[in-house]
Amino acid sequence: MSVTTISSRTYEQRQPNWLVRLFDYKPFLIVMCLAPAIGLLAVFLTYPLGLGIWLAFTDTTIGQRGVFIGLENFQYLLKDPLWWNAVFYSIFYTAVATFGKFALGFWLALLLNNHFPFKSLIRAIVLLPWIVPTVLSALAFWWIYDPQFSIISYLLVDVLHLRDSNVDFLGSPWPARFSLIVANIWRGIPFVAISLLAGLQTISPSLYEAAMLDGATSWQRFRYITFPMMMPILAIVMTFSIIFTFTDFQLVYAITRGGPVNSTHLLATLAFQRGIAGGELGEGAAIAVSMIPFLVFATLFSYFGLARRKWQQGEAND
Amino acid sequence: MTDVTASPGNSNVASATPDTMAWDSRARRVVMIYLPLACFILILLFPFYWMAVTSFKPNAELLNYKEHNPFWITSPTLLHIKHLLFETSYPRWLKTTMMVAIGSTFLSLFASTLAAYAIERLRFRGSPYVGLGIYLAYLVPPSILFIPLATVIVQFGLFDSPLALILVYPTFLVPFCTWLLIGYFKSIPYELEECALVDGATRLQILRRITLPLAVPGLISAGIFSFTLSWNEFIYALAFIQSGANKTVPVAIVTELITGDVYQWGALMAGSLLGSLPVALFYSLFVDYYVSSLTGAVKE
Repeated sequence: MSVTTISSRTYEQRQPNWLVRLFDYKPFLIVMCLAPAIGLLAVFLTYPLGLGIWLAFTDTTIGQRGVFIGLENFQYLLKDPLWWNAVFYSIFYTAVATFGKFALGFWLALLLNNHFPFKSLIRAIVLLPWIVPTVLSALAFWWIYDPQFSIISYLLVDVLHLRDSNVDFLGSPWPARFSLIVANIWRGIPFVAISLLAGLQTISPSLYEAAMLDGATSWQRFRYITFPMMMPILAIVMTFSIIFTFTDFQLVYAITRGGPVNSTHLLATLAFQRGIAGGELGEGAAIAVSMIPFLVFATLFSYFGLARRKWQQGEAND
Repeated sequence: MTDVTASPGNSNVASATPDTMAWDSRARRVVMIYLPLACFILILLFPFYWMAVTSFKPNAELLNYKEHNPFWITSPTLLHIKHLLFETSYPRWLKTTMMVAIGSTFLSLFASTLAAYAIERLRFRGSPYVGLGIYLAYLVPPSILFIPLATVIVQFGLFDSPLALILVYPTFLVPFCTWLLIGYFKSIPYELEECALVDGATRLQILRRITLPLAVPGLISAGIFSFTLSWNEFIYALAFIQSGANKTVPVAIVTELITGDVYQWGALMAGSLLGSLPVALFYSLFVDYYVSSLTGAVKE
C-alpha cells in the first residue's frame, strides 16, 4: 500500500511542467528574485540621484526644460549668504544635536541596562518619541515654544518666578536655533539609547567580574571595558545619526520653516524652498547636491574614525 | 530580549561597588538610577501629555493660564476632535495615509523578501556586493532625492497621486527590510533546505513552505517597521502631493490645518494626537518586534 503511494508520487514529480522547471533554474530564479527590489531602487533611487546631479548643472525650472549651464548654480550659491548660513547651521545643528543625543542616549542606555521593575514597559515607553510621526511631535514642540502660551515660560515665570517675561523661543535667531536642536535631541535619544542598549547587552558580564577582582573602579570599568566594547556599534549608530540629522527637514519645516529671518534654514529646507516652493529646480538640486560632500566626509569620519578598533580586535565581538 | 541573561551581572556592576553597605547601595541606586530615569521618562513623555491635554481643553481654558492650571483640564471637551472629523477632510487624509502605508509596506515586503532570499540562500557570485549595494541605498537620504524624484514623478504622470508615494516609499523601505530579512534567513538552518532539496522540492516550494514560515517573526518586524516609516514619511508626501484631498495626515496637518494668524492649537494638537494613535497602537501591540528589528538592523 505505502509502496504504491510513494512510487506514484515520485512519478508525479518527474513530470514538472516547463514553467516549474524554469523557476527552478537557478540563474533565472536569481534574476527573478532580485528584479523587483533592484528595479524599484534603480528607477526611484539611482536614476533620480544621477538626475539630481545633472539638474544641478542646468537652469531647469518647474514646467521648463533647462539647458546645461555648467557650474553657474554653484558659483551663485557660493556668493549667496543664505546658502552659507544654511551650511553653517546644518553643521552646527548636526554637531550639537549628535553630541547631545549620544551623551544623553548613552546615559539612558546605561540606566536601562540595570535591573528594575517594569523594565520592558519602560523600555517601550522610551521608544515612543521615535515611533510617532516627527512632524506631529514637532507641532507639539511648536506649541510648547509658543511666544505667549509656552508651558515652559509659564513654569519659569508664574510657578518658579525665575524670570519676569516669557521666553522668546522662536522669535530671534539663536534661541530658535537652540530650540530646534533641543527638539531634535528629544526625538533622537530613544533610537540611540535602544540601539546602544542592545550593544551593552552583548558585553559579557565576566569581563566586569574580572575587572572588579582586579579592583577597577566603576569609572575604570566604563572607560576600559564598556566604552571600547561599544565602539563598533557606536560607529554605526553615529553614522546613521549624523546622516539623518544633517539632512533633517521635517522638524525645521514644521516648527520655524527656516525663520526668523532665514536663520534656521538647513540645507534640506533651503533646497525645498528654492526648488519646490520657488520652482527653481536647478538651483534646489544644486543645494541638495552640495550636501553630498559633507555627508561623505561625515560618514567616512564617523565610520572609520570609530570603527578602527573593530579591525584591531578582529571578529571577537560580533 | 536578553534581559534575563545579561541582568544579574550588569545590575551588580552598575549599582554598587562590592564594599558598600546595603542601605548605602540602596540610596545610591535611587540617586544614580531611578532619579535620572524618572527625569528621562518625564521629559520624553511630556510633549505627548501636553498634546493630549491640549486637544481636550476648551479654548477659553487653553489660552488662560491665570485662572486655570494649564497642566490639567477642568471641563474636558470633544469640540476639537469633532471639528477635525466633521469640518475638515481629516477622515479622508487618514484613509489616504492608511492606503499608502499598507500599499508600500506590502510592495517592499514582497520585493525585499525575494531579494533577501536570493542574496542569502541562492548564493551566487557577487551576492555580497548586491547586498552591500542595497545597504548603501539606505544611506542616501530623501532630502537629496526629492527634487529630481519630483521631476521623475511628473514624467510618469503620477504627480498628485497617492500611487506615486506607494512606488517611492520602497526606496527607503526595501534596503531596510532586505537587511533585516537577510539576518533572519541567516538564522534559519540551511540543512532544512537541503533536506527539502533532497526530497525533490523546487526552490520556490522551499521558499514558500519552509523558509517563509520560519521567517514569520522577521516578516512581521519588517512589516510593522515599514508601516511606521511610511506613515511618518513627510518630505516626499509634501513635494509630490498638491491637492488638499490627497494629502497624507502629517502633511495635511502642517499645510491645511494651519490657517491664518490665530493658530487653532486645540484642533492642531487633536490632529497630531489622532495621527499618532495608529502607529502608537500598532507599536504597543508589537513592541518586541520593534525593538528586535531596530537593534537587529543596527547590528547587521
